[in-house]
Amino acid sequence: MAAGAIDRDLVYLDHAATTPMRPEAVAAMQPFLADVYANPSGSHRFAREARRAIDEARDAVAAVIGCKPGEVIFNGGGTEGDNTAIFGAVRRSRSAVAVCSAAEHHAVLHCVEHLAPRGEGEVVGVDTDGCVDTAALGERLRVLSGEGKTPVVSVMAVNNEVGSITPLDEVARLVRAAAPNAVLHTDAVQAACWLDLAPITACVDVLTLSSHKFGGPKGCGVMFQRTGVEIEPLILGGGQERDRRSGTQNVAGIVATATALVATAAERTTESLRIANLRSELVGGLLGLGGVRETVPAGRAVPGIAHVCIEGVENEALLFLLDEAGLCASAASACASGAMEPSHVLAAMGVPREVARGALRLSLGHTTTQRDVAAAVDIIGTAVARLRSHTRA
Amino acid sequence: MKVLVAMSGGVDSSVAAALMKREGHHVVGVTMRLWGGESDTGCCSVSDVDDARRVAQQLDIDHLVFNFSDDFQEKVVDPYVHAHATGVTPNPCIECNRSLKFSRLTERADALGFDAVVTGHHARLVRNANGDMRVHRGGDAAKDQSYVVHMLTGRELERTLFPVGHMTKAEVRALAAELGLRTASKPDSQDVCFIPTTGGRETFLGKRIPFHVGRVVDTEGHDVGHVDAVELVTIGQRRGIGLYKTEAKRFVVDVDTESRTVVVGTENDLQRTGLALHSMVWASGAAESGRFRVQCSAHGTSLPCTVEVVDADRVQVTLDAPHRRIAPGQSAVLYDESDAYVVAGGLVSAASAWPASVGATA
Repeated sequence: MAAGAIDRDLVYLDHAATTPMRPEAVAAMQPFLADVYANPSGSHRFAREARRAIDEARDAVAAVIGCKPGEVIFNGGGTEGDNTAIFGAVRRSRSAVAVCSAAEHHAVLHCVEHLAPRGEGEVVGVDTDGCVDTAALGERLRVLSGEGKTPVVSVMAVNNEVGSITPLDEVARLVRAAAPNAVLHTDAVQAACWLDLAPITACVDVLTLSSHKFGGPKGCGVMFQRTGVEIEPLILGGGQERDRRSGTQNVAGIVATATALVATAAERTTESLRIANLRSELVGGLLGLGGVRETVPAGRAVPGIAHVCIEGVENEALLFLLDEAGLCASAASACASGAMEPSHVLAAMGVPREVARGALRLSLGHTTTQRDVAAAVDIIGTAVARLRSHTRA
Repeated sequence: MKVLVAMSGGVDSSVAAALMKREGHHVVGVTMRLWGGESDTGCCSVSDVDDARRVAQQLDIDHLVFNFSDDFQEKVVDPYVHAHATGVTPNPCIECNRSLKFSRLTERADALGFDAVVTGHHARLVRNANGDMRVHRGGDAAKDQSYVVHMLTGRELERTLFPVGHMTKAEVRALAAELGLRTASKPDSQDVCFIPTTGGRETFLGKRIPFHVGRVVDTEGHDVGHVDAVELVTIGQRRGIGLYKTEAKRFVVDVDTESRTVVVGTENDLQRTGLALHSMVWASGAAESGRFRVQCSAHGTSLPCTVEVVDADRVQVTLDAPHRRIAPGQSAVLYDESDAYVVAGGLVSAASAWPASVGATA
């Protein structure tokens, strides 16, 4: 009932949280919701029809991310992919130690922190952009390698809060040199819309994607697992996805995932340019308000994420005023109750807590227009002025 | 009016929100996340936030969560811990109202363009003949919460609403049931929200301050026992005071954390008529001596007394009849002689009387 009540005039700048499904993906999944309802594992002709859809989707995804179809696993999303990669790789070796950066998404960070008390997890720092501190990472890997440990390294391709791009080729060279036996995983969830995935895939062992971040449905994801890299499955059962992820496949979701990823990749170069221009207009407008600092500048961040810290406002209050004015944006991550938590990413980057209080993330995507950006600057300007006039002396 | 309703996920604030909506106001609900640590009392828990959100959905009002856990730690939890370390018994619920609900939240409500903050407290706001708003006791004598909101004055009172203040708890529950609110039969919250019921105060404080063994002496100064943690002893306490031999009814009549000494005595030794209060807040803004009633706990009865103003911050209270000594740090609230409304409030001092010289020099 509430769905129909959503105001279609909303200015939606929260694409990093989720981006609307691409119409072609919605269309592609329709036949598999009602008509082709067969279980793809079945042995009848009806099942074969569903099976074929999955096989074709797998080929399409493999082509985009630059791997063999057999290396593509369809699962339930980015968090599942991250958990599987880390726990699955750690369980395969008695001597494994998971290592990640302090600015990873919680889907990675909480896994590593969970392993830490047993001596199976370590967190290394980041630079002022939120990218892993390569010197510290190299040092830890050399030590672990020297102790006969097998590092399971997880470094995100693009930071979900501040948008910074990690030079993964550089990280991979360092990891291979410091610990040749290491497993290298990347959470590439925020990279899919903006970066060519093939070069990233080429330098890692495991990669995770989340469909709803690139115009596919929620609850669907993709994991690339390089042939020869051993990952213990988290979910056992009917042996689907070559025993790597059991459970009846979400046929409609998989088809939509592939359709969205293919469409995203086809438009990536032109879209990136268009969104980069909008981002620059947006950031320019915000800097014009005064007392605004861009957290990671264009060039080092993806076009889709503009993160700023605004002096003299508390983002919890700011988000209320933005919401009231019809602008959907976000700050840091929210906890289970919905309360805003201080950003672990900004803390890891060394941003003081008072500055981080004014953090605002505006994320752009395939439906973002110049009108959205102009409206956002207007709305934010009004809200910031109001809050600053109410700031306690 | 555009109003912000503080919704805890309990029945009173649920009904408060429903009443405001029924009166046609633009209502937004907010649940404050205050305590970031572990707790099993249910306060600030995800399920309480869920209840608040579901009630808001049912009423078709927006619901927000504000994270004030930093402020709560600084203004409520840290002072609570510090107080115990120095032998003072604080009232964290009052400090929470003072520093969070009616300060942090009202300031934010102001900044966000709300005309008033609404809570589910059982107290009534009534304008007197001079046109000034006063906090009156709630309609349900057994549930009256005027004591915990006594610090509201002047402008804050003009921007605060207690829609269930005139109702009895039974009426609130009946209305919640009639409206089909999921919180209709939810039990009242009890105890201090950040202190787990398992382990309690002792475990909570034990993780934060060092405990010290204390001597237990009688009123003549003779050693009669010892306690493991002088920081956990409260005036008036009868159990767990480590007496060497069982004596008939001994009470803690004094605690000195500095010398780590607990004084025990008979119920008679505990009786006082004097009560020295500091940090006074006056509803009218002006201190006044005279005949009042004083209440020293959330659900205690008020006692008739005479009040003498020492200075803007302090008063000397003399009870008409002796009463058990009140622990330092507790809030004492003065009501008018007819016991109808709040006149002032302050904190109980360690001494029963201000030194006579104080008034003269101040």
